[in-house]
Amino acid sequence: MPFDVAAEVIENRRMSPDYNVLSLAAPDIARVTQPGQFVMVKTTPGLDPLLRRPFSVFEVLRDDGGRPVGISLLNKRVGVGTEHLYAVESGARLDCLGPLGQPFVPARPPDRAWMVAGGVGLAPFVTLAEALAGLGTSMTLFYGARSGRDLYCADLFTRLGARLVLATEDGSAGERGRVTDPLRRALGDLDRGTTATIYACGPTPMMRAVAALGRDADAPVFVSLEPVMGCGMGGCYSCVVRVRAGGESRFVRSCLDGPVFDASAVVWDALEARH
Amino acid sequence: MRDLSVQIGSLTLANPLIAASGCFGYGVEYAGAVDLSSLGGVAVKGLFLSERQGHTPPRIVETPAGMLNAIGLQGIGVHRFVAERLPELRRLGATVIVNICGSTIDEYCEVARVLSDAEGVAALELNISCPNIKEGGIQFGCSLTGTYDVVSAVRKVTRLPIIPKLTPNVTDVAAFARASEEAGADAVSLVNTFLAMAIDVETRRPKLSNVLGGLSGPAIRPIAVRMVWECSRAVKLPILGMGGIATTADVIEFLLAGASAVQVGTANFVDPFIWTKLLAGLEDYLERHDIARVRDLVGGLELGQPEPA
Repeated sequence: MPFDVAAEVIENRRMSPDYNVLSLAAPDIARVTQPGQFVMVKTTPGLDPLLRRPFSVFEVLRDDGGRPVGISLLNKRVGVGTEHLYAVESGARLDCLGPLGQPFVPARPPDRAWMVAGGVGLAPFVTLAEALAGLGTSMTLFYGARSGRDLYCADLFTRLGARLVLATEDGSAGERGRVTDPLRRALGDLDRGTTATIYACGPTPMMRAVAALGRDADAPVFVSLEPVMGCGMGGCYSCVVRVRAGGESRFVRSCLDGPVFDASAVVWDALEARH
Repeated sequence: MRDLSVQIGSLTLANPLIAASGCFGYGVEYAGAVDLSSLGGVAVKGLFLSERQGHTPPRIVETPAGMLNAIGLQGIGVHRFVAERLPELRRLGATVIVNICGSTIDEYCEVARVLSDAEGVAALELNISCPNIKEGGIQFGCSLTGTYDVVSAVRKVTRLPIIPKLTPNVTDVAAFARASEEAGADAVSLVNTFLAMAIDVETRRPKLSNVLGGLSGPAIRPIAVRMVWECSRAVKLPILGMGGIATTADVIEFLLAGASAVQVGTANFVDPFIWTKLLAGLEDYLERHDIARVRDLVGGLELGQPEPA
């Protein structure tokens, strides 16, 4: 069950005019966070905005002895709430509820793990990479963004032994084009008898493209979805995603049944219609 | 230790705090955040006879000190509720108030019958006020004869206390409380959300897929307090007051305006641990004002000139 912590901001690392990494003291949450889980953060104490915002736990922060002491969030300024989280200073406290949601199940050797991140969609993958490293699973991060300036924190992955494949739309880092291009080639190059499990998070069209590539190559794909969410606890029914089960499809709550979904069950037309 | 219990007709609640329907899932979702038996009651999400999928997202949008929702009463239907959720709610010791819906009066009656035969239902809240669905609900709640007809029909098929949930989207809400009283209701709850709208000016599109939604949250509280007060003067029925309650002071305000109990909805989204805070705050208020029983606050609004100090 989740904890609600008035978490002190330990550090706010602003990496660009849009992106920052916010470190929060929240040992209770840090101790029990599983890969890909999220927290609901009250970005400001007042009534506007009223509701909390969902954020993937970016890193579990540890002290010198390896004990979990906090979590960090990867934040991108896109609206009122994320604006507050960009501007917040060390010492402030933010109500932080979590951990919440269904985690990623990390692949085990000899299966390989391929993470596909678009922009701020990198957020749920550090915790997954740590779990994969612990299992000794070979991993690759396919990381795409508009430009090289928007690729952050790749060192967190290389440090854990991940291979890095970068793609940018302007060609300023890695190959020019979409991150799904090198993924398509990698799937084509997979040796017979070798399997890869794919994890994706990013813009909906990217995740949909990854889902299609995985389906064609018989590779399982798990996506971390980020719909508008009201409560994070299953109370409001606002964060629903249409998924197929048996012969029919139905709306399920992404806070309880997600945010991680089997991509082959997601009804992508229903999801993409919102954008 | 102060007496927090309140009376809603024949029903005694341990305290006046009820989780509002539509804001608390089926209750079991929150069992890890709050001891459900510590609440006065749990009003579960509105139920029709059959399962419903609800509206296409986006289903919510925030506005200053509030939010609009158009969920569209997604739900598992009354039979699955009885089979899959009610036993767990009983085990957790919840006082269960089931919010019931219908496209027709017959459907309300059938849902009421199913729940009357089930073990562990304390009361029925009649949803005649959901602003977000075309059929049923508000078509009854916006017409005095519709309200009277659905309440009296359900009255005939159940001995459970029935609590029509009233819409604020009418000119004179007190008239609807009176119609409910004449039709045999045991209490009324109010207010449901205010019909509202928000537009994305960049795309010129509505922010909700349903175009319209219901406004809730602190933004509506003063109007809700006014409506509870109007109803309390119009009927003898106990009132379950709600609309933007987020603090202990808000709870007291509704009690003073004439509510016998209150429901908390949107604030639970922001803070699922709010219940213990509100209960402690209530105890503290009674202590500070040396009031023995919370029910002594009900309708305690003072309208005369303040006495000279």
